[in-house]
Amino acid sequence: MAHIQLKNISKKFGNHTALTGLDLDIADGEFFVLLGETGAGKTTTLRMIAGLEKPSEGQVFIDGVDVADWGAAERDVALVLQQYSLYPRYTVRQNLEFPLKPKIRRLPDAEIKDRVDRAARTLRIEHLLDRKTDRLSGGEMQRVSIGRAIVRKPRVFLMDEPLSALDAKLREALRTELKNLQMQLGATFLFVTHDQIEAMSMGDKVGVLNHGRIVQTGTPYEIYNNPRDTYVASFVGSPPMNLIDGKLVNGRAVMAPLNFELPFAGGAKTSGGAKTGAATDGRPLVFGIRPEDVYLETGAPVEARVHDVENHGVEKILTLRVGDAMLRATVPARTDVQIEQPVRFAWNPDKVVLFDKGSGISLRHAG
Amino acid sequence: MAAVRTSSEIGFNRVAIVAVLLVTIIFLAPIYWIASTAFKPRNLATTIPPTVVFQPEISPFVKLFTKRSQLRNPASPEEYAAAPWWERVVFDGGEKIVRDGKGQVQWSGYPSRFMNSLIVAITSTVLAVGMGTFTAYGFSRFRVKGEADLLFFILSTRMLPPVVVAIPMFLMYRAVGLNDSHLGLIILYTAFNLSFSVWLMKGFMDEIPKEYEEAALVDGYTRMEAFFKIVLPEAATGIAATAVFCFITAWNEYAFALIMTSRRAQTAPPFIPSQIGSGLPDWTVIAAGTFLFLLPVAIFTFLLRNHLLRGMSFGAIRK
Repeated sequence: MAHIQLKNISKKFGNHTALTGLDLDIADGEFFVLLGETGAGKTTTLRMIAGLEKPSEGQVFIDGVDVADWGAAERDVALVLQQYSLYPRYTVRQNLEFPLKPKIRRLPDAEIKDRVDRAARTLRIEHLLDRKTDRLSGGEMQRVSIGRAIVRKPRVFLMDEPLSALDAKLREALRTELKNLQMQLGATFLFVTHDQIEAMSMGDKVGVLNHGRIVQTGTPYEIYNNPRDTYVASFVGSPPMNLIDGKLVNGRAVMAPLNFELPFAGGAKTSGGAKTGAATDGRPLVFGIRPEDVYLETGAPVEARVHDVENHGVEKILTLRVGDAMLRATVPARTDVQIEQPVRFAWNPDKVVLFDKGSGISLRHAG
Repeated sequence: MAAVRTSSEIGFNRVAIVAVLLVTIIFLAPIYWIASTAFKPRNLATTIPPTVVFQPEISPFVKLFTKRSQLRNPASPEEYAAAPWWERVVFDGGEKIVRDGKGQVQWSGYPSRFMNSLIVAITSTVLAVGMGTFTAYGFSRFRVKGEADLLFFILSTRMLPPVVVAIPMFLMYRAVGLNDSHLGLIILYTAFNLSFSVWLMKGFMDEIPKEYEEAALVDGYTRMEAFFKIVLPEAATGIAATAVFCFITAWNEYAFALIMTSRRAQTAPPFIPSQIGSGLPDWTVIAAGTFLFLLPVAIFTFLLRNHLLRGMSFGAIRK
């Protein structure tokens, strides 16, 4: 098990810059999720830790040791990929044995058999051991891939979107399994995904990556409730946080181009909880509010029309139309609304996150 | 799939079958011609119209492998009775087999030429495919400086007909003593096939996901081990296809073999037509030589047919 540290990592591929000034600290035994869109640099980060790619600048430390000169074989990490990580000509057993047989750390045969059997039991793939890998389903393949990683007891598990190619049901099941496995092994996991639900549900810590930069690192709770900027706010959460342009005037949030107002007596809070008060008055801001903090209420301050209703079983997600703006609100499933029906809504002012209009940075973080 | 077919589909199928048959006949006709001539009695080889039905004979092959001389007088009945069956067929043609002082049958030049062909073609194929595979892997997996230029340069060696350089090559070979040697031909054919092999193998290598090797690298294997354990088995199809093409090229090569070799290292292609000789050519012997010459390629291709079919359609089925 290991503690991974990346210091000021940059990576260029020709003229293309994949990563800039990346700092990352993954504690021993932590389930760290790197979240970002396709092309944000997640896989590059992973490959640099694995030793498959060299950083253009900066250092990678595993347990405090700079591993710049270590090849992939010496780093003793395990890599699980989205696909193609199983050898097509081998059976499941041969695939599981493969990581135990390299010259540099070849294990005795009895030990190999023992470890393969144990991994197969853990992942419930014992009945597949003699099957060729091209005769496995997607979920079985991914189990075997994970098996290939756990037979070795590596210092760190690197997972590159291991669940993305699976269908929804299976993804959910494996998500839980993977999280349990990590807790059971007490291992350090670095899990890369573009799926914010995976990130929120599995990670002890989440790092949000955007265009090769770490935008925010924190617990899923922090990321969700206290996004550092509008990018994180709109990327995390489904549906994402509502972001509305406006400014503060005398304890009211005035949505400038849209012409509606909401009460906002509190003023913006800094991370310390102190109020920024009048300092923010009149300044162009972006108001961020999660859909679940938008209420429908008779007598609420703003009128809107229901633009769309998505029924999700336990709840409904309404799209409200105010002027030209669309606003999402999560309401209990029993709420009876029709499309084009006029409704009135309010928000929970305590939950509002203020972002600077220019930089997009949350005032809580900036202050 | 629905089993129902429309009449136009059936009609199209019939046309397609007829077209395929026609093309097959056109391609196979010369081969049939050679094969049938190889078993014909000499007097039926050049009849007009061609003889289609005949009693097949083995005599052309006996003549192909032995040195013969004309009989001034027909063989006596005693001689005839004492001779083994394969010598009698030669007597029937008005010739006898040449023997040395100890009565040993003298072989013709054909077996050694055939052997030379095998040595040169197999060795140069192994070399060209081997080097091509490594080179292609390098180009496919590593950032090579000036990759596009280098690949173009490799390809450019195929841009003019090789015969153009035959005279300078001959002079150079003579200067370093490589003419009429196996090594000389092997170098020549390897060089000639290498560009083809690199390009073909690069295509196949590019199709193998690099994730396989990377997984092996992370698992603690060296690049070399990953190459031999993972990449090579995956590339088997490509290697087989490339090998067949290289082998056919080296096996069939005529012009350089004619110029560069005379006796010791001469291959079968220049030897066979040299047997036409100055007198009346015995076409059955030439056909027999050609027929045997066709077999190795046929066998080689047949053995690798599964790989080949996959290899041919390799680029077509993309993810």
